[in-house]
Amino acid sequence: MNSEIPLQYFLILATVMFFTGVYGFLTRRNLITILMSVELILNSVNINFLAFNRYLYPHKLEGMFFSLFIIAVAASEAAVAIAIIINIYRRFSTINVEDVNEMKY
Amino acid sequence: MFILFSAMIVIFSILTVTSRKILRAAVFLLFVLVSTSGLYFMLNYQFLAAVQLTLYAGGIVVLIIFSILLTSHISQNFESSGWKKNIFSAIAALIGAILSVITILDYRFSATTEAAKEVNMTLIGKSLLSVNYDGYVLPFEVISILLLAAMVAAIVVAKKGAPKTIGLPK
Repeated sequence: MNSEIPLQYFLILATVMFFTGVYGFLTRRNLITILMSVELILNSVNINFLAFNRYLYPHKLEGMFFSLFIIAVAASEAAVAIAIIINIYRRFSTINVEDVNEMKY
Repeated sequence: MFILFSAMIVIFSILTVTSRKILRAAVFLLFVLVSTSGLYFMLNYQFLAAVQLTLYAGGIVVLIIFSILLTSHISQNFESSGWKKNIFSAIAALIGAILSVITILDYRFSATTEAAKEVNMTLIGKSLLSVNYDGYVLPFEVISILLLAAMVAAIVVAKKGAPKTIGLPK
């Protein structure tokens, strides 16, 4: 089924998704939406890994395991980031990155 | 099918980063992740598509929505960031995307002629725990330690600012 779709289409799709995430990362000011942009970026990298694995090296499994570990890293990153965000909200009553400007403990 | 999934991914990812309401942005992110798992099904990686659905769509998005509900009002709109910042970010993203697309279209990929491997659960489990040449036991152990560390860190960070009056031993 996927033989008629060129590999380049997957790569272009992942590129568009990656740079959408970069745009969101640069323009957003809310910490949670920044976290969502990072999830978009990680997800586009996963698509790249899987497309390369399926099209160029179908006899190996490196890309698949890389994506698996990226998903695990993304999950732990989201957990820690949300813990930090909740702590920041408790301390400053806002999660806007421009209002949170002191690191004193 | 590919066109449907990729159109959904592109449209909803753009909506995710431009939507003014934060809860809507989270729901658009959910749509992006679900259509990505559809792409994985198209590439014949069923296990990874299932992992994507359960972990990303089921876990991370629910976590994000919980934290949104804890930290902000649903109906609250953000003020738009300055147009200067928007325009320069868009230019940077566009230039990066165009450069990458040109490079991708220029490059000649050469596929191997070896037969494709059937990816089933037995193979995945065996290579995750094998110490041979194509085994992945070391990253498996490292990722388990990372998950443990993340769990402990999340608990420690989130409970640090708790009010001191609750649960103090006499």
